[in-house]
Amino acid sequence: MPLLEVKNLTIYFGGLRAVHNYNVTFEPGQVRGLIGPNGAGKTTTFNMITGIHRPTSGEIIFEGQNIVGMMPHDIASMGIARTFQNMRLWRHMTVMEHIKLAMYSKIEYGLIGAFFGTPKRHKQETEFDEKAYHFLKLLNVDRYTNQVVTGLPYGVQRRVEMARALAIVPKILLLDEPTAGMNPEEMLDMVEVIRQIKDELKLTIFLIEHRMRVVMDLCEIIQTLDFGEIIAEGTPDEIRNNERVIEAYLGKEVEV
Amino acid sequence: MKATDNQIKNLERVEKKTTGIRPVRWLREKTRRVPALGWLLGALTATIIESSVGLPLARAFGLWSVPGLFGLRFIFTSPASIPSAVIYVLVVYIIPALIVAVSTAGITNRAAAFMQDKLPVPINVIIHAALLYATLHVWGSITDYRVLLLSFIFISIMLTLSLNLVNGYMGEFSCSHPGFMSIGAYAASIMTVLFFVNDDVFGAHILSPVLGPFIFPIILIVGGFITSIGALAVAIPSFRTRGDYLAIISLAFTFIVKSLLENLEIIGGPRGFMNQPKYASLPVIFVWMVLCIWTIYNFTRSTLGKASCAVRDNETGADAMTINTRRTKMITFLFAAFWAGVAGGLFAHVMGYINPATFGVLKLSEVLAMVYLGGLNSVLGSIAGAIGLQFLLELLRPLAMLKWIVIPVLLIIVMIRRPTGLIAFTEIKVEDILKPRN
Repeated sequence: MPLLEVKNLTIYFGGLRAVHNYNVTFEPGQVRGLIGPNGAGKTTTFNMITGIHRPTSGEIIFEGQNIVGMMPHDIASMGIARTFQNMRLWRHMTVMEHIKLAMYSKIEYGLIGAFFGTPKRHKQETEFDEKAYHFLKLLNVDRYTNQVVTGLPYGVQRRVEMARALAIVPKILLLDEPTAGMNPEEMLDMVEVIRQIKDELKLTIFLIEHRMRVVMDLCEIIQTLDFGEIIAEGTPDEIRNNERVIEAYLGKEVEV
Repeated sequence: MKATDNQIKNLERVEKKTTGIRPVRWLREKTRRVPALGWLLGALTATIIESSVGLPLARAFGLWSVPGLFGLRFIFTSPASIPSAVIYVLVVYIIPALIVAVSTAGITNRAAAFMQDKLPVPINVIIHAALLYATLHVWGSITDYRVLLLSFIFISIMLTLSLNLVNGYMGEFSCSHPGFMSIGAYAASIMTVLFFVNDDVFGAHILSPVLGPFIFPIILIVGGFITSIGALAVAIPSFRTRGDYLAIISLAFTFIVKSLLENLEIIGGPRGFMNQPKYASLPVIFVWMVLCIWTIYNFTRSTLGKASCAVRDNETGADAMTINTRRTKMITFLFAAFWAGVAGGLFAHVMGYINPATFGVLKLSEVLAMVYLGGLNSVLGSIAGAIGLQFLLELLRPLAMLKWIVIPVLLIIVMIRRPTGLIAFTEIKVEDILKPRN
């Protein structure tokens, strides 16, 4: 059974058809890429899978269950984690708090524990601390544990966001332009990080990226979106040489 | 770059230390080593001295009675007495407190270390709180004025903290606190009058008045829950949206509750509601305040409670990270309303009389000022804000309505210098306050 299956996903924003008949199937452990020019509907696709937008029509089946119409936090708790193009970190909170908050759905101590500080709560919070530290270590940001995220370098913030998504213990990780705004050095670093979590955690990864080098390096299969429709799908080599892809990115030659 | 900055700062500090006056330096060195326990002991000594020899001492310094508020009110009423008041405060409070705190530092540090290592945190907190209460009790025993002031300060702390939950931790702007307070006040009042008082409207008491003080906590809690239910009226329509909507809806709520109370003849209408037994004595309020601070402190430090900060900082991000945003907002808001309701119930039973006019815009601005003066997102800030503003209100009382010009101006200055308040976004662990300092 595929891990995630998206069938004929379509969404309209008013009269605008942002995504049309989008299909994708994920086998466990697969790494797929989604590319396309600005405004092609890549992030919208992510938003539909994670429940932020409700598709106009189509099905999203995760582990045999249709998740269309579910709340984003429920979808996330099922094991679909994502990162954002603009990170969406919580600016007043420390790195540690970020990771622990991603474990929200695993809290068992309830309101009584929160109000009165029961032993059960202390036990679980300590457990969370340990688990969170593990993720910080994994992404090599453990030395920033108790710092507020706002002052951290951009590359570190990206890693914190990644660690936060991993703390959900997802089955599939959706990365929305993880190298956006990075310099080449940070970018290579990020590619290493993604490869590392792919190998170590055996995660299924869905990657939106603008930089061809990153996608070509990491992905097994790449889809290309243009104006909300898939115009090409294949291995990195196939995509690189696909005429329609080149046309979408660079434009067509016109005889004058 | 940062390292050099720090180095320069350190150098400056060293320079200051060497050039500073010797006794001051010595004192600073000494006082730094005094734990919270030592300060409490010093304060207790000072208040005991005042309660035993305060009046003769005050007379000796040329004051006709013990200055109620450290002589602060003389600034407006009789400036000529200020020097005497300063001497009085020095002799009665500061010098004895310093001597005791510094001289017992060795013992108190050892005691604090013992309590930190051997006792669970709540017990440790209770011991400190008991000592603090003893100090305040002795301080208050001089005049009824001080007891009333302390009662209002405690209630203000509860209100400020609970409003900070919504305006600080949750990042919404709620104006419904006077409404919540009045619901709690009226609910608790109706229950106590119905059960324990012979009243013209509600008839003879149902239960023996002897039981009153024992049932009172239950009544307060029930009043708090009723307030929480009332808070749903604000929460449900406004939490679907963000931003200004809550401010508008909650302001409307305050006015609706107020005019509802004004038009209900059975509870006195605009004339107010009286006959409440004065169950809310100083120790009772103190215990409730400690409970309030303790639960809110716990809540804001738990991952469950911090979720509301995540929702404030980025709701979409929070939702994508498994946080149930709707539930989080609801919990925080109803929790805040609960404590506002309890504070209202206590307020009614301090005064023995309430009327709807008390819970209007003036009350709202008072609580808001306490929150924003003290600092958003900080338990300690809220406590400081409540105490500070309540003191200021008392201090400026001789100015009558003019104080409502002075305080807003002060607030504006604070907002310009520190936009989020004096002690904002600082989280202080209670263990750090109570720890030994040697």
